[in-house]
Amino acid sequence: MGSSSSNMNHIPNAQELMQETGFSAAHLLRLYERFEFLDRDGKGELSPDDFEAVRELALNPIGGRIIEAFFPQGQETVDFASFVRVLAHFRPNDPNRKDGAQQDQANSRTRKLKFAFQLYDQDRDGKISRNELLQVLRAMLGIQVTEEQLQSIAERAIQEADLDRDGAISFDEFKKSLEKVNIDHKMSVRFLK
Amino acid sequence: MIWGADRQQTFKLTPTVFFLYLLPQVILDAGYSMPNKLFFSNMGAILVYAVIGTCWNAATVGLSLWGCHMGGAMGDLDIGLLQYLLFGSLIAAVDPVAVIAVFEQVHVNEVLFIMVFGESLLNDGVTVVLFNVFDAFVSLGGAKIDAVEIIKGIISFFVVAFGGSLVGFIFGLLISLVTRCTKNIQIIEAGFVFVLGYLSYLTAEMLSLSAILSIVFCGMCCQKYINANMDERSVTTVRFVMKLLANGSETIIFVFLGISAIDKAIWVWNTGFILLTLLFIFVYRFIGVFVLTWILNKYRLVPIEFIDQVIMSYGGLRGAVAYGLATMLDEHKIKERNLMICTTLIVVYFTVILQGITMKPLVTWLKVKRAAVSELTIVEKVQNKVFDHMLIAIEDISGQIGHNYMRDKWNHFEESWMSRVLMKPSARKNRDHLFSVFHQLNLKDAMKYVTEGERRGSLEFIRNESAFVDFKKKFGDEYSEIMPDVTADTSDDHGGMSAMRRDPVPSVSLELHEQGMNGMRETEDVNTHHLLQQHLYKGRKQHRHRYSRTHFDVNKDENEVQEIFQRTMRSRLESFKSAKMGVAPPKPISKHTKKDQQQKMPNGKSLEKSRSYYSGDEDFEFSEGDSASGYDSSGNSFPMRVTYRAGAGIENPAFMDDLDPMSVVQIPPWLAEAELDSSMVAPSQRAQVRLPWTPSNLRRLAPLRISTRSNDSFMMADPSAAQQRDEDQLPPPPSPPPPPPPPHRD
Repeated sequence: MGSSSSNMNHIPNAQELMQETGFSAAHLLRLYERFEFLDRDGKGELSPDDFEAVRELALNPIGGRIIEAFFPQGQETVDFASFVRVLAHFRPNDPNRKDGAQQDQANSRTRKLKFAFQLYDQDRDGKISRNELLQVLRAMLGIQVTEEQLQSIAERAIQEADLDRDGAISFDEFKKSLEKVNIDHKMSVRFLK
Repeated sequence: MIWGADRQQTFKLTPTVFFLYLLPQVILDAGYSMPNKLFFSNMGAILVYAVIGTCWNAATVGLSLWGCHMGGAMGDLDIGLLQYLLFGSLIAAVDPVAVIAVFEQVHVNEVLFIMVFGESLLNDGVTVVLFNVFDAFVSLGGAKIDAVEIIKGIISFFVVAFGGSLVGFIFGLLISLVTRCTKNIQIIEAGFVFVLGYLSYLTAEMLSLSAILSIVFCGMCCQKYINANMDERSVTTVRFVMKLLANGSETIIFVFLGISAIDKAIWVWNTGFILLTLLFIFVYRFIGVFVLTWILNKYRLVPIEFIDQVIMSYGGLRGAVAYGLATMLDEHKIKERNLMICTTLIVVYFTVILQGITMKPLVTWLKVKRAAVSELTIVEKVQNKVFDHMLIAIEDISGQIGHNYMRDKWNHFEESWMSRVLMKPSARKNRDHLFSVFHQLNLKDAMKYVTEGERRGSLEFIRNESAFVDFKKKFGDEYSEIMPDVTADTSDDHGGMSAMRRDPVPSVSLELHEQGMNGMRETEDVNTHHLLQQHLYKGRKQHRHRYSRTHFDVNKDENEVQEIFQRTMRSRLESFKSAKMGVAPPKPISKHTKKDQQQKMPNGKSLEKSRSYYSGDEDFEFSEGDSASGYDSSGNSFPMRVTYRAGAGIENPAFMDDLDPMSVVQIPPWLAEAELDSSMVAPSQRAQVRLPWTPSNLRRLAPLRISTRSNDSFMMADPSAAQQRDEDQLPPPPSPPPPPPPPHRD
């Protein structure tokens, strides 16, 4: 199914990765091809520049954050395994998978929400402060909205979600405020075979 | 009454009346209130059900009946295979009118709803084609049908379906263009929508294309633009008149269906035929839905659940369209026309009455997922947007051309090209989705607030600062004037927020909100109140400006504005003293500066400037020339974004002296911090902002725009010109920025 140049042997730890992330062999292969495509220097790892080479990401208001999400704290490069692990968050939740507890799966609802949460929480303190929320809003709301209005919106959002009144949104509060949203639907990408 | 009708059966539901006078409104309303995003996300599934499902139904029902006929179950009927197929095709289609009527009450979850609803609308394309094709075949007689005819039939399907959609699309664009140009004649805006919508229906009908598809796409295409372009009152008018017409037509349709049943002349009873028809359409509907869903679920991201499938099958109601088609059958070609009409009527009664009435209990019993009744909170809305962007990014990274990528591309295209042509410039600026959500939430808060205040006798119930109370007391008077506008706005927006066609929720559910008020913290009260102020205020002004027929005296306006403004500023200062928000420091600066510039500007000039700022976009050019707006947009993190109108010079010496030094000095550090965040500001702009930081320039910041939002570089180009202009009018500016900030806020 892959091109002649790459097959499963090139991928390190393929079996474990498949097990852990739930991708099929075909998916994994395709992702590996993509990884190699992005990795222009052939280093076997991706750096932030490689991601930025994807043109469309520049147009995306949270493109920068998504890129950062691939690089866990302090790391400069991403190897294939981590690349796949991050992308695994976006696999549709497969109700038929029986191995492993539901909680541990890379694409369970909690994990997806955690990923989304980390997009806001840049300093990784486990809470979305008003400032962090403001930053995201600022990025997404475009230039028409004034600073004050942004602040008001952020304030309001925190008002609504912040149940323990500490002025920031913790992960549980975040989860709670999104309990009605069909996360699986909203956070899944259909990976081509 | 029935006896009377029996005696004098002069009225029948003729196809003409039905198809030309009663049906279009219903469908136009369906298209206009269609949730577009949802529809297009599920377009694939909907098309599968509509096209393949309907063909399957038609074929199986027709063939089964014919089989039974051959087997002798029906006695002596003079119907051939082709006629059975013809009958099958007219009875196969799920009816939009009936579906709307039933599902609207039931409030099932949105995916299920859009499936059934979308299918009922789109299958008209198939039904029309099938009916015409088989009608032609019947005329030709069985012998002359060959491959050519069949191929012609298939081609005609594509022509009819796509042609109809195209006609609708063109008319939709036409409506959008018209509403773009009708700023000065708002009275007839609403009329255009209906006229042009109906015209699209007639045009398609005239060209023998699918008229229902045409009007559906017309409605779907134009909804976004007319909601943006038209005045809010026109939008409300359009929405409510559409609902009125649609509901009225639906009722009339069903009444006439009932009356038509009383015509003795057409009654022919054939047990076998009728019962078998009922059985077959029921069974084959279930089979069809389940098989198709099973196939679809292999390709869908979120599979359709079993229970939803049951409801979808059960919701395959036949209605007036089938009856209309049946009455169009030619007596001479089809001997058993009366039988078919009767059967159709019975089928319609059965599905609508029995299935319709039992739908709601069934939904409850099967615990079908219902639609979310509460509106989304800001967090949810923000998060939904974040998800959208996230998915697009992930698709880009992983190199997929996926659904989201397509949608993103379409959105870009739509924003850059279509909106530019079809939407008024002012509307385009204001269309940020999150912001409008926020705006609506604030308006709702305002309503809560006012009713709470009235309930308690006066608006004094916030006990914190006396200055506050004072202010509110005054403001309370203004509320009564604001209220009519606000009500209109809230109900309008509220209606807009429920994307689907629901019973209009009362615009403010007062009882529920009252408890909310009591629970709020004091500081949050303050904050929300300020939010309300800002937006309420703005809303009011926007409304007012759009009136061309009111006899508001503008000067009187200005005075009120000034007074409110003055009090607001004062109370804001005081409240922010005690507020613990991090937001506090920048805010007083803005207030001060506003105050500052107020006094500096001569009365007339400020009036003029301020007026410009809430006139929609006519005065956009005016504001562009003003570098104040340049400053604004350059740092969108700039706090000066107060949407207060610059009232004409209120003498307020208490404020005058304090402000300049403090504001001047405090801005740079704060701005520096903000600039780090703002990725939108080009370095040159930043430099410009920093540079001429004299109080004289502060003045420029003043007439803060309600409308000017864009970051156009040409706005930046004028600071020097404006500066000179400003300089002329200013009294000699105070000394340039002194170093340390005196923490002086009293």
